[in-house]
Amino acid sequence: MQTIIMPKMGDAMEEGTLVRWLKQEGDAVQEGEPIAEIATDKATVEIEAPSSGVLRGIRVAENAVVPVNTPLAYILQEGESLPTDGDGKASEPAKPAAAAPQPAPAPTAVAAAPPSAPTNGEERVLASPLARKIAAEHGIDLRQVQGTGPKGRIVERDVLAYLESRKATVAPAPPPMPAPVVAAAPAEARVETLTRLRQITAQRTTEAHQTIPHFYLTMEIDMEEAVALRQRLNQLDESLRVSVNDLIVKACAVAIEQHPIVNASYQNGQLVHPNGVHIGIAVAVEQGLLVAVLRHCEGKSLRRIAQESQTLIQKAREGKLLPDEMTGNTFTVSNLGMFGIEQFTAIINPPASAILAVGATKRAPVVQEDGTIVARQRMKVTLSCDHRVLDGAVGAQFLQTLKQVLENPLWML
Amino acid sequence: MATKLFREAIREALIEELDRNPRMFLMGEDIGRYQGTFRVTEGLFQKYGPKRVWDTPISEPGFIAIAIGAAIEGLKPVVEVMTWSFALLAFDQIVNHAAKILYKSGGACAVPMVIRGPAGPGKQLAAQHSHSLEAWLAHSPGLKVVLPSTPADAKGLLKTAIRDNNPVMFIEHPRLYLTKGEVPDGEYTIPFGVADVKRTGRDVTIITYSRGVQLALNAAQQLAEEGIEVEVIDLRTLIPCDWETVFRSVRKTHRAIALHDDWRFVGFGAEIAAQIQEHAFDYLDAPVLRVAGADVPMPYNKHLEALAVPNEQSVIEAVRQIVA
Repeated sequence: MQTIIMPKMGDAMEEGTLVRWLKQEGDAVQEGEPIAEIATDKATVEIEAPSSGVLRGIRVAENAVVPVNTPLAYILQEGESLPTDGDGKASEPAKPAAAAPQPAPAPTAVAAAPPSAPTNGEERVLASPLARKIAAEHGIDLRQVQGTGPKGRIVERDVLAYLESRKATVAPAPPPMPAPVVAAAPAEARVETLTRLRQITAQRTTEAHQTIPHFYLTMEIDMEEAVALRQRLNQLDESLRVSVNDLIVKACAVAIEQHPIVNASYQNGQLVHPNGVHIGIAVAVEQGLLVAVLRHCEGKSLRRIAQESQTLIQKAREGKLLPDEMTGNTFTVSNLGMFGIEQFTAIINPPASAILAVGATKRAPVVQEDGTIVARQRMKVTLSCDHRVLDGAVGAQFLQTLKQVLENPLWML
Repeated sequence: MATKLFREAIREALIEELDRNPRMFLMGEDIGRYQGTFRVTEGLFQKYGPKRVWDTPISEPGFIAIAIGAAIEGLKPVVEVMTWSFALLAFDQIVNHAAKILYKSGGACAVPMVIRGPAGPGKQLAAQHSHSLEAWLAHSPGLKVVLPSTPADAKGLLKTAIRDNNPVMFIEHPRLYLTKGEVPDGEYTIPFGVADVKRTGRDVTIITYSRGVQLALNAAQQLAEEGIEVEVIDLRTLIPCDWETVFRSVRKTHRAIALHDDWRFVGFGAEIAAQIQEHAFDYLDAPVLRVAGADVPMPYNKHLEALAVPNEQSVIEAVRQIVA
């Protein structure tokens, strides 16, 4: 009998997702044949059968997240049966076929075999209601927890102990690079489970920054006219406040119409041209960051953009954005000007292939053509570009147009 | 504050309310000239005379029916049953009349009366005279059910019972009559439906009443030496019952034990367990346990009687089991 475990695919890997079973309970498998697909936080890989036999005792459901070294199933030879209580603990965990490095010793709470004999994947785990509640709150798979209550029931203390051991194994993780000071977290560091939003943000930004070849272009724009226009507009109609950001979104829409390639997206080796200019606005909310997407900005009036963006930002802050209003941006604007940030670079938010990082508009000295120095409203923007879609010159031309539109806001008409 | 016997505290409540309400009177077997089987009504016949303290014949259905009629007509009868086991004879009067007349009259006709007396095991009164009747009474809508555990509670709760506009079943444990406790000086009452947290603890909650309270406290003290912190809740009144205090405690300790002398099967502990699982399920770390009387007719033999009712050891064992 061989035990198939969740392999450790890297030093930092603590747990993996069982994406799907490629073989089912009772299927005959050949050595080297893929039997399941697992996902780490970075990649999806297949687990191969370490030997030929029959796949039995599947104990991890699809999409379940389990710590490394968790038994996933067994491969039995003819005449062998599934491990019983004692055997399960004793059986040698199979070395994963997926060329993983030698599995590191698992943390105690994880290494301990499951509390009861698995006869099939549907085995009921004995756990108190409180233990179930705490496990659900922390996303713990109770099958990984050793029960110490009557009949091996998992009770509160077992889940708490498991949480502690998980913290203990996460906190002093060896630094991936030689000795960056920040990685040497003290053992007593507090470890916090990420909210769903933070998990997604972590995953998406990591993926985008690692897979998209970014380059950055910075341009300084004179905002004297735009600021004046905004003031006049806001005096004309006090019911609707047009923000600097609305002017920028509108100007981007105008500039994109002249440089449609900025709106395109690199997908699977192809360029996809969307059927509209959908501009995402990065909104800081209590729990993190959301991108609210203004659809079809092409040909939309400034007033309409201001109205819609106000509504979307409000919904974002109330957590009421619909999935449609958070996805499919073809261009993104991230504005940190209100925090006095002068200039920054942003990570592209796919499927968009560019994001405009907007700094503060503030009075700065400008040397004019005639050599005199005047104080004017100035703003710095930095465009992050996906080099698979945009080249430096194209990005620069887009920024030139953007500058032209913002410096002569009549272009917005 | 003065230290008083449980039965003295009850007597004080009767005296204070007799003085306060001229329409109130006592009735029961041997409560007057004989001054009460458990000496609760000692001196009252001598003080208030035969109009306010009636000796009745041995006829529970008859005198409880008279009390119901008197209550309907505006008097305040406070009936003593020599033991609640004798009140079984009058259950038709209690359950079919006292409990239902307010309802059947569409709210027009209240039955403001108190039936009080001893109930419970431990006095070698054998199978027919050792009943704990709280579950039977609490089961019938229309009755309030009170079971004090201390002299102070007995006095304050009885005064509230006498002032209540409904039939109140006031159950005194015979083993408590000679227990002592501090009783506040002067006028006071204790409201119904307010449980008393007698001891706080973090590990397990014992929900009990009447004699069970002292048992639980004794057990808790011993368990504290083992490092197990027991919270003890004295319900004091079963109808109305202070469930919120129970749930709040269970949400803290995650373990609950119901304790009573009454039979375990379909006893009030079963209701406690049901209420907890309905309202605090996600906070339970162990099944709710019951420590209760054995489901047998009460033996006369004192050793067997002792085995048929909870004691400190059975409470301690249940606590050890639930924290295991």
